[in-house]
Formats: sequence, structure tokens, C-alpha cells
Amino acid sequence: MSHAPLTTNPIFGRLTFESLPFHEPILIVTFIGVVLGATAVLGAITYFKWWGMLWRDWFTSIDHKKIGIMYMVLGLIMFLRGFADALMMRAQQAIAFGDNAGYLPPEHYNQIFTAHGVIMIFFVAMPMVTGLMNYVVPLQIGARDVSFPFLNNFSFWMTASGAVLTMISLFIGEYARTGWLAFPPLSDITASPGVGVDYYIWGLQIAGIGTLLSGVNLIATILKMRAPGMRLMKMPVFTWTALATNVLIVASFPVLTAVLALLSLDRYVGTQFFTNTLGGNPMMYVNMIWIWGHPEVYILILPAFGVYSEVVSTFSGKRLFGYTSMVYATIVIAILAYLVWLHHFFTMGSGASVNSFFGITTMIISIPTGAKMFNWLFTMYRGRIRFEPPMMWALAFMLTFVIGGMSGVMLAVPPADFVLHNSLFLIAHFHNVIIGGVLFGMFAAINYWWPKAMGFTLNKTWGMRSFWLWVSGFYFAFMPLYVLGLMGVTRRMQHFNDPSLQIWFVIAAFGAVLIAGGIACMLIQFAVSIRDRKDNMDITGDPWNGRTLEWSTSSPPPDYNFAFTPVVHDSEAWWDMKRSGYERPREGFQDIHMPKNTAAGIILAGISVAFGFAMVWHIWWLAALGFVGMIVVAIGHTFNYDRDYHIPAREVVETEDARTSALAAQG
Amino acid sequence: MSTTTPSLYDGDRPLFHLAEEPHHPDGHSTMLGFWLYLMSDCLIFAALFAMYATTAQSFGGGPGPKELFELPLVALNTAMLLFSSITYGFAMLVMEKGNKGATLLWLAITGLFGAAFLSIELYEFSHLIHEGATPQSSAFLSSFFTLVGTHGLHVTVGIVWLITLMVQVGRKGLIPANKRRLMCLSMFWHFLDVVWIGVFTFVYLMGVAR
Repeated sequence: MSHAPLTTNPIFGRLTFESLPFHEPILIVTFIGVVLGATAVLGAITYFKWWGMLWRDWFTSIDHKKIGIMYMVLGLIMFLRGFADALMMRAQQAIAFGDNAGYLPPEHYNQIFTAHGVIMIFFVAMPMVTGLMNYVVPLQIGARDVSFPFLNNFSFWMTASGAVLTMISLFIGEYARTGWLAFPPLSDITASPGVGVDYYIWGLQIAGIGTLLSGVNLIATILKMRAPGMRLMKMPVFTWTALATNVLIVASFPVLTAVLALLSLDRYVGTQFFTNTLGGNPMMYVNMIWIWGHPEVYILILPAFGVYSEVVSTFSGKRLFGYTSMVYATIVIAILAYLVWLHHFFTMGSGASVNSFFGITTMIISIPTGAKMFNWLFTMYRGRIRFEPPMMWALAFMLTFVIGGMSGVMLAVPPADFVLHNSLFLIAHFHNVIIGGVLFGMFAAINYWWPKAMGFTLNKTWGMRSFWLWVSGFYFAFMPLYVLGLMGVTRRMQHFNDPSLQIWFVIAAFGAVLIAGGIACMLIQFAVSIRDRKDNMDITGDPWNGRTLEWSTSSPPPDYNFAFTPVVHDSEAWWDMKRSGYERPREGFQDIHMPKNTAAGIILAGISVAFGFAMVWHIWWLAALGFVGMIVVAIGHTFNYDRDYHIPAREVVETEDARTSALAAQG
Repeated sequence: MSTTTPSLYDGDRPLFHLAEEPHHPDGHSTMLGFWLYLMSDCLIFAALFAMYATTAQSFGGGPGPKELFELPLVALNTAMLLFSSITYGFAMLVMEKGNKGATLLWLAITGLFGAAFLSIELYEFSHLIHEGATPQSSAFLSSFFTLVGTHGLHVTVGIVWLITLMVQVGRKGLIPANKRRLMCLSMFWHFLDVVWIGVFTFVYLMGVAR
């Protein structure tokens, strides 16, 4: 954590004893907590002899359902870390006025807001969205798995590796102090000589490989693996949004990879891309990273829109209003996502015409989004609405997101943006749409699909407690930021001089405490539901009277998802089957062809952590070893031609008979 | 979806499941998946081309394309890569005929042309660095070395992949899995050719002409 010039040792690189944060009491306490927690978890796994099960059934699994669940677990764990950062910032800003310097020194505070942003976007929102698509899409399209099951496992572990590398920075060295997009020249080697930006770069590069490959995988899955009869315009809306999102991933993440690679070259090799000397141009970095960054927010929100479409239609007991317009709205949003990036830096001074172009394209996005909003409202109109937790989250979203959307339209007006740029108004706006849109969507999805994934429903009482605390906490935490932003308060401040502002920050901190209560209730909801699972079993596989194919199979679905490949005649295939009095087949089962588990993904990802760590600390021998290691393992994996097996018909019969008798016992 | 479309109706009654498991040929989405990957790779090059375009005049007081580039050498280099694409095409033709030996021979020739391309590129780089035109000298040179170097890195990966596939074809023969892999490498190789034509035109020819 020092600014002293870093010397490079041939064995340990830049890594020295001083890299460990012994002088940071907060980090020491956190470290002790993490060590105790980790010991408890690892001890429990050893005590219950779960290692073999975890390795065979989860870590090396290429089953899209298990990988989906692992993504969700990763997202939830990282969410706790990201939220801890948020609480620390709220606490600091609530007290650091006048003579009170608060409890966080500036260099620590800067790392916290950087880590908070990076973790929440890359290691919370992305894993949750990807995990959800992974779990739900193959089931919704009547497939047995994704197109490239091994790549799927590898993608997950690369995302997890990026998260691990980011977490290591907490205890070894430091994290970037640059803000979540690490703009040069601040992130340049001259202004940020430490390892923080390098942790940032390598964490994102490694996770980015995973994200890109999972995007390729899901596009191929959706285009190639749909059940017979499911034409594109008969796909469930969630699958449509997943398709749009993955197209956005494949079309935007390469730009992030490229721009981070250029930044690394500036830092490691001394090139002049984003320097202030010899022709370098830092604004090019800002342009390029937002060419990725703007589509990224649509990557997150589109699947959430898909979730709301499923939830609103199911819990209103009605067909989704305006299916076709919903699909076209999704596509239009995906295209417009590429035409608005410059609105993130109107103040760069591109001139009135350029700014107006991007201002107008930005405002146009509110049209398809508004169309979706009306479609959801009309779906509810005259519906028989059931106020279960997923529906509650959808309703909260509809109110909250409209506010966030309107403040977004305000920011899209360039002259207004010149006043509001980099203010707390902006912070309030994007938390308004990301929490009110993406996060609420993920919570709706967790409550909605949990019974499918786990075989039992979630406790409603604790779910409602979590919901009310979260929603009220959100308004307390972020409405004051709109006010402060309009008063001209800028973001990323560690200390304030004007005491009249303090009350607003205290209100925001109160909101953060309410949200903490909401998170606690959600964890209790999980614990209580797991404890009482025997009472809440979902035998039917269709606890909500659902409409799409995933509800036609058992909860949790068997490895092969569907004993027979479904045939689709309607965009609400399962509703269509139920309406036609379809009887589940009880005989005639056949062998089912499935992919085999493999350890190559987790091994490659493990080596990538060592490689990334070595690059961060300039431990060149380890970096070279890791690089060669990854190539050797990858090539070695291609020599394995034996990648599938057949689930014998007799096993399918056993599984399906068990379900038949369970259904019969339930009556 | 399988190659033969199963009937979705039993007379007038809609079917809701298939009694017979539809046959998905192995790797039926591989080509699509690989295309998608190639397009993402194309975007990495697009970003590097954009970087080059914005810094094409940022010489930082140092030398520009006119002083640095030797078109005859680059023309020779381009010829090597184009020849390698033709020979890869020949490899695919004999692969379709099931001739393992000839396939391996054409693949080896392709690899040699690729190696020649890389050697000439490395010679050019070392020559430039020797003259003091390093990646650190100016934004223009940073972009030049990165764009051309990234392409060279791709060719290197292509050669490693080619050798791997030659070993696998040698061991297992022209089985469907290996043919599919050769098809993927073929797309990759031709893709690099197309990117190089962009580099040759945009960086070298237009650089010298300007």
C-alpha cells in the first residue's frame, strides 16, 4: 500500500513482506474473519466427506443446471463482498464532515469504491445473469444441455478465477484506486505504479474469456438446440432476451479485451496508447471502454426484462400481452445499445452535433422500453394476480425502473448532463436502474425458479420481509443521492466540508442498513426453506401453474431434463400441453445420449489464477510456466475424443417411475 | 435440430413429444459456434484497427510509414500468407477425398508458408526496432506493432493448432471429429488471411501512399 518504487525480485517479482496489509486494522479483522469462515466451511466439507461429491457432481460437472447453480452461488457470495464495500462507503460518507475525517483513509476509500463497482458488475450481476440463462434456457427450449458442455464448465471456472484474483487483492497488495473503469492517465503506470490496476486488468481479462465463451455457447444453443416445432417466434420471451443478451456479449466483450490489453501494454511494455506523451490519447480509452460498457448494461437488463415477462404472465394467469412487440422491443434495444456509448462522456467536448446525435439515440431507447412496460401492465390488466414474492419483485421493478428510466432521459439531454455529469445524480440514476431493474429481476428469478432447481419452494414470509426491507431501503438509500446530485455534489468523495449536506448522507446510510436487513432476511429465507424443505416439496414440477417448458419436467429436473424430446406448437408450450390434456408418457423410454464430466475446465482456470497472480506481481517465471501450462492442458484436452456416454433406458425408467409414484402418492 | 424434420402431428392431433430420440449428429453446432468466435475475434481486430486509425498520424516527432515501411518485403510476406491459404484449400480438397497422406502433406506445406510469413514479420520488427522505431517511440508505432503483432500472434496460434491437428490426424485418421477440427482451423486460417489483407491495405499501402 505504499508508493515506494517497486523493485523486482527474480523469484518473488514485486511481492514482498510489505505487500501484506499488516498496517490496516480493518483488513486484518476482515482477514481473520475470512480465515475463520473458510476454515469452518472447509472443515465442514471434510467432516461430512463432501469433497468427492463436490468434485464429481459439481466442480467437474458439465450439466448446465449445476453450472447455472454454481454461477448463482458465486454471484451471491460476491454480492456479500460488494455490499460490505457499499456499507463501508455509506458509513464513511455519513460521518466524514468538517473536522471528522471518518474512519477510512482516502487511499483505502478509493479502493473500496473501485472494488464495489467492479465486483457488483462483473462478479455479481454477470454471474447471476449468466447462471440464470444457463439454468433456464436449455429447459425452456426443450434441450438436454447446451451446445458445448465442456466450454460451459470452463467458462464458469474462468469467471470464478477472475473473482478469486480480485478477492486475493484484498489481502495481498491492493486494488485499483481508479474507479471501476480505470480511466487513464490515472490508471497509467506513472499515476498508478502499484499492483491495484494490474489486479483489475487480469481479474477482468480472465473472467472476460469465460463470459465471451459462454455467450458463444448460449447463442449456438438457442439457434441449434430448440425442440422440434419451436420456431424463433415461438421461443419463450426469456429465451429471446437471453439470445439478444448473448449477441451483445459476443459483440462487445472483445472490445473490452482489446482495450484492457492496450492498457496492459502501456503499463507493462511502455507503449503510448493512452499516455499524455508521444501521441497517446487517453480519450480513446474512454471511447473504447464505453463501446463495451454501454452494451454491458443492456446485457444485464435484457434477461431481467425476460424474467419479468415470465413472472408477470405466470402470476397474472394470462398469456403475455404483445409477444411480438416484446420480441421486437428486445431486438431494438439490443441494436440501440451500440449507438449511445458517447452519452457517458458528453463533457469530453465532441461538439454539439455529435452530442445531439447520441442524446437523441439515448432518448429513443425509452420507446421500446416503454412499450415493454405497457405490455406488462396490459398483461396484468384483468388478470387473476397472485401476489407471490416473484410478482412482488416485478411490481417493485415496474415502479422503480420507471423513475430510473426518467432520470436517465434527463441525463441524455447534453446540457443537463454538463451539470449532472459525475454527480451523485448519476450514481442515483444507475443504481436506480441496476438495483431496481437487474437486481430485483434476479431476486424475482431466484424466488420463481428456486423450486425448479431445488425441488422445494422458498419460504414466503421471509421472502416478503426481505422484499419490503429491500424496496424501502432502496428508496431511503438512493433518493437522497438524487437531491445531493442536483445540488452539485460529486461522486467518489471521501470527505465533505459543508455540514448542511450531512443529513442526506445519514438518510442514505439508514437506507443501506434497511437493505442489509433485506439481505439478512433473504439469507434466513434460504436457511428456513432448506430446513423445512420436507414440508414444501414441489412434487408436480409446476408449483406456480407455469406456462413454459421448464415446468413440464420434474423439480429438480433429471440429468437428461426431458425423458422424451418435447414438441412445441405455441410460445407457451407447457400451457398449450396442459390445455390439450397432455398425459405424461410412462413407457417407451430409450437410451439418452449425454456429455461426460471433465476436470479440464477447473484445472485450466486454476492455472489461470496462478498466471494472473504472477503477471500482477511480475513473477515472470511463474507467468511463463502458467502460460505454457494452460496451453499444454488445453491441447491435452483435445486428445480426449471420448466425451459422451448413454444413460441406459433402464435408468430413465427408474427415474421416471419414481416420479410417477411420487405424483400418484400426492394425488 | 436434426437433419430430418420429425413430424409434429399424428394425423390431425398435435404431438407433444417425440417417441424416437431425434438424432443430433456430433458437433452439429460446432461450425456456428466457431463462426461466432471468429466474429468476436474480428471485433478485437476492429478495435485495434480503430486504435491504429486514430493514431495513424501521431508520430510523436518520430518517423512515419513513409520512412519505415519497405513495401517489397511486405509484398513477399503477403504472398507467403496467401500461398498458405491456397495450400490449406488443397488440404481440404484431399481431405474430402479421404486421402490422409496428401492431407498431412498439404498441411505441412501450409505450416511452412505460415512459418515463413512469421519469420519475415519478425525480421521486419527487429529491423524497425534496430533503427530505433520501437513500440514505445510513438502512439503510431505502438498501434502498428500491436495490430500487426496481434495478427502474427494469431498465425503462431494457428501453426501450433495445425501441428496438433497433424498429430491427431496422424494418430486417428480422417475421422469426423478430426475433419470438423480441420474445418475450424480452415476458417481460422482464411480469416487471418482476410485480416492481413486489411492490414496490408490499410496500414502499409495507405500508410506509404499518404
